[in-house]
Amino acid sequence: MLVTAILVVAILIVAVTSLVVRGAGVAPSEAFGVFTGNQDGFPATVVLQWRLPRVLAAIVIGAALGVAGAIFQSLTRNPLGSPDVIGFNTGAYTGVLVVIFAGAGSFAATAAGAIAGGTVAAAAVYLLCLRSGSTGLRMVVVGLGISAALTAANRWLIRSAELETSMAAATWGAGTLNGLRWPQVVPGVLALLVLIAAAGLSARRLDLFDMGDEAAQGLGLPLRATQLWLMMAGVGLTACSTALAGPISFVALAAPHIARALTRGSRMSLAPIAATGALILVVADLAAQRLFAPTQLPVGVVTVTIGGIYLVTLLAQEARR
Amino acid sequence: MRLRTDSTRQRTAWLVVLVALLAFVAVLSLMTGARPVAPDVVLHALLTPDPADPDHSVVWDGRIPRTALGLVAGVAMGVAGALVQGLTRNPLADPGLLGINAGAAFSVVLAVGVFRIETVMGYIWFAFAGAVVAAVAVLLIGRGRNFDPVRLILAGVALSAVLEGIGQGLALVNPQAFDRLRTWNVGSIAVGSLQPVTAISVFVLAGVVLGLFTGRRLNALAMGDEVAASLGTRARTTRIMAVLATTLLAGSVAATAGVIVFLGLMVPHLARRMCGPDYRWIVVYSAVLGAVILLMADILGRVIVPGELAAGIVVAFVGAPFLIALARRRKVIEL
Repeated sequence: MLVTAILVVAILIVAVTSLVVRGAGVAPSEAFGVFTGNQDGFPATVVLQWRLPRVLAAIVIGAALGVAGAIFQSLTRNPLGSPDVIGFNTGAYTGVLVVIFAGAGSFAATAAGAIAGGTVAAAAVYLLCLRSGSTGLRMVVVGLGISAALTAANRWLIRSAELETSMAAATWGAGTLNGLRWPQVVPGVLALLVLIAAAGLSARRLDLFDMGDEAAQGLGLPLRATQLWLMMAGVGLTACSTALAGPISFVALAAPHIARALTRGSRMSLAPIAATGALILVVADLAAQRLFAPTQLPVGVVTVTIGGIYLVTLLAQEARR
Repeated sequence: MRLRTDSTRQRTAWLVVLVALLAFVAVLSLMTGARPVAPDVVLHALLTPDPADPDHSVVWDGRIPRTALGLVAGVAMGVAGALVQGLTRNPLADPGLLGINAGAAFSVVLAVGVFRIETVMGYIWFAFAGAVVAAVAVLLIGRGRNFDPVRLILAGVALSAVLEGIGQGLALVNPQAFDRLRTWNVGSIAVGSLQPVTAISVFVLAGVVLGLFTGRRLNALAMGDEVAASLGTRARTTRIMAVLATTLLAGSVAATAGVIVFLGLMVPHLARRMCGPDYRWIVVYSAVLGAVILLMADILGRVIVPGELAAGIVVAFVGAPFLIALARRRKVIEL
């Protein structure tokens, strides 16, 4: 509980920082003025209409990705089992590329393409594993296969399109919170909150599931149904996040590990995992906006870079021991 | 179909068949394309080149460099795949795991985006250097006291993530670099001249020779580090040799042809099915099979869609179902 509370405080500090930081011609004092009611006009638009929805989206998407990661790691019984592994992200990217290159660039069309592509890819992996008995490793391998084929398709599409369209699509493909406004954020965030709550209800099942097939069945867990239910919750979380912000990598993979290291617990407890995911994403998004300002990086570029550096240092430390 | 044999004579016989197949595919590669050239004209073009004849110039300017790169890159990827799978004792290992592709991609972006290099030979040396530096870094990060292969893979994945992240960030703010990267990503062997092929062939040759020497040591390693040590093979030295050879081979491919996934993963499996578990044979079979498959993929890419599909894309489309079929069989998961 303490860890979660500290994480929440940290999230709030970073969130407020992103709201009031200097930029877009708005000084921190003006930004504070918006909250105390002394300031309206342009600074109010920047803070309330541009920054607030984005920060909120970062927090909720981060939490959702963390929870999705926990679910998939349980489901595949593999510490590296993340939604990317089951081909979801790549499939969503394929869907979006097809939609964008077909000439439909609206947010709704992109979101629909992401969800359709991602779901089809995930369903394909699930169905291909179903008959041959889905051990975790097999699911990972089949996922890798589907992802690789889709990656090739994506690269081919990117290669064949006009440069400008390709770059826009690739920015989405890296995962970005740029340009999110209330009309997109409100429905997306509501859907994610419902899904996170649903996942919270099944947390006990995750615990049992981690004990292995036989033990779980012995304790009266309907294995197949649980698997399908968890899969649906995980895919739903990833689908909504991806529709909002594109495939943001690493958060789903890292949040459960970091949360477990922080709480020093092996038990699956979703609150710290969600908080860790949220913190990672708000920090990464702040960095993506500010590092090369005025150029805005896609946040996924930042998450994958800090994620990689984190892994490398971890390995280097172990090697020195 | 059960091709596996245990006698040296049968293995040699199959090898001869494969080499013949490779020769056939190579000739087919010279003939096929938007402008088909008859076999006798190909022969003429090879023996008595006539610059005025359009058929001859198609063969010399387009198809010979392309076929040569297909041969060299195919051999390199096949051997690299066999070595990486032996090194990590993981049947799903791909040369890209060592950070080679990410390192090459990153330095291609650097070359174009930061150093404004525009010549093909310029990219090649940058990409090759990037691949080598990345692989050496992975080796250094992943080295533990006893050189655990799993750590090596983790280090490769982690470093790849960093390099890809930064590289993508750089590319997304620089249209030229982005354009170069997206071309490089599809893995094409359609080169315009023989120059890049000759530039890397020394490294490929060195890698193949080193790989052949490593083959026997990998046999000992396959029985476990302790057994290998009692047989007088040092696991550490073997793994370093294998990483170096893989780097030379896969780095050369990355520099000239871009990202070709799955070839290095798929070919050693086919080789193992045909010649059994002896790595000396697996390396040789993988070399020939790699070239056959890459050339066939390239030929297929030329004929199935107008405007050509890059060989790397075709290999991935063929390789993915292969990997999935492999995963669905119960036994193959462990090596």
